[in-house]
Amino acid sequence: MTPAPSPTPAVTWADRLAPRRWLGPVTLLGPAGVWLLVLLVLPTLLILEISLVPGLRLGQPSGGYGLGNYLQILQPVYLRVIGRSVAFAVGSTALCLLLGFPVAYWLALMSPQRWRNLLLVAFILPLWTSSLLRAYAWTTILRPSGVLNAMLAAIGLPTQNWLNTPTAVFIGLTYSFLPYMVLILYASLEKLDTRLLEAAADLGASPRQSFWKITVPQILPGIAAASLLVFISTLSDFVVPTLLGGASSMNISRLIYNQFLGPTRAWGFGSALSMVLILAVSLAIALLIRYGDRNTVTET
Amino acid sequence: MPSRPVTWPSLFTALMYAFMYFPIIVLGAYSFSDSRYSASWGGFSLRWYRALFSDRRLLAALQDSLIIAIVAVAISAVLGTLMAIGLARHRFPGKGLYRGMSYLPLIIPDIAIAVATLVFLASVAVPLSLGTIIAAHMVFCLAYIAVVVSSRIQRLDPNLEEAALDLGATHTQAMFKVLLPQLAPGILAGCLLAFVLSMDDLLISSFTAGGGANPLPIEIFSRVRTGVKPDINALSVMLILGSALLAGLAEYVRYWGNRQRQKT
Repeated sequence: MTPAPSPTPAVTWADRLAPRRWLGPVTLLGPAGVWLLVLLVLPTLLILEISLVPGLRLGQPSGGYGLGNYLQILQPVYLRVIGRSVAFAVGSTALCLLLGFPVAYWLALMSPQRWRNLLLVAFILPLWTSSLLRAYAWTTILRPSGVLNAMLAAIGLPTQNWLNTPTAVFIGLTYSFLPYMVLILYASLEKLDTRLLEAAADLGASPRQSFWKITVPQILPGIAAASLLVFISTLSDFVVPTLLGGASSMNISRLIYNQFLGPTRAWGFGSALSMVLILAVSLAIALLIRYGDRNTVTET
Repeated sequence: MPSRPVTWPSLFTALMYAFMYFPIIVLGAYSFSDSRYSASWGGFSLRWYRALFSDRRLLAALQDSLIIAIVAVAISAVLGTLMAIGLARHRFPGKGLYRGMSYLPLIIPDIAIAVATLVFLASVAVPLSLGTIIAAHMVFCLAYIAVVVSSRIQRLDPNLEEAALDLGATHTQAMFKVLLPQLAPGILAGCLLAFVLSMDDLLISSFTAGGGANPLPIEIFSRVRTGVKPDINALSVMLILGSALLAGLAEYVRYWGNRQRQKT
């Protein structure tokens, strides 16, 4: 099977140097394409390869190929890490949706029109600041002698150590990703056809009925896209579990980090964990594209 | 209009605004407090700001971060814009694959990009330095810029370029005098986004820095890991003010872009 000869005419060097040529697809798409190919696609294939070399450590001769690194992930201690990562992601995504939906709803449909844009910008403004510093800010609130305990003590409630607990991780993750949730839900709610709501009200539907039967179905793609984005971001977050979760909140990103920059230096195992993470995220996105509205995915 | 529950969503929203700004306000308050450890107010003081501005290590880290972000964004602005124009204007076999590749940096988690880049750099024996961080940052910077520019191209009127060509403009002239001015707000918005992401990046920098460079997030991370550092509070306030400035600029760019689109 030979491909059909392409109908390109013979190109002379004069043609190549003519200005029109510089705007050809090779010039436009070549540099960025090469960059992504060399610094992202090739490296990803490389970690796929070394993930298949069991027991690979930095500076040690490697044996043959095998699935040893992937089998190592199935040990209970590592399965617990993966389970914890998923729990952090599912829990904080649910919290973001629960807290973010009323905010997006109010901003899109109930806030004063004149101030709407400004109010939205004000809500997502914290995204412009360092995520590291925002997580750090919570350590000053949640530590034993922190602001939260001072407030609790002031109103006579028992104090406790919040820092280095799963609760702190949930608070930190929800705080970090709530603006994304609100932003995407807002974009979806803004396009809501409010005439349908009025028609439903005219026909005697209660506000509750029209909410569940008209509003929610219309913005379901937005909810799915926003939840997916928050899910994959929280699943692989590193900063919040490290700063707020302490030793008991080891998640998949921290485990991978330790294989490379920590004491273990097990590059093969770390690469296998990275491949599993990439696979999980790709699967989630494939599900959304398959069952969700494609437009919301590409817009966000 | 049917009566609707007006009070609870607005009240709840106000509470969420408080949630978003509470940690920032706490940091700001602590940065002016004279006490080092306790939650109590130690009296007004500027000592942490003095400590901050005489901290050479921190200032050097800030300088490293700015160099990385500015160089990576500047090169990515060109590559990302060219890529967006190419994807919008040309059809070629494997375009779907190419487009998929352009989304990869947005999809693959940072930690996996960081690991892959480190393994790659080690396998080709490139010494880690400021340059390797810039190269790695360009991967996600150009992808984000391309996405933002693409969404703007889609909303442009293609007839303008054709009109320019019909009236005798060369392709180069049409690109620089017709297309690029229209894309400018999108390019600028993409650059601002990429700049913020680059300044914020901890993982990819950590894996590609080696001993050769020490950008700000790595320096901050290594300090706050070991406990509360009041001079970091002061630094936070300075950085938050800087980000607010950038956010304002971005909002202005968006406003400018919308107005420009309405004019055409």
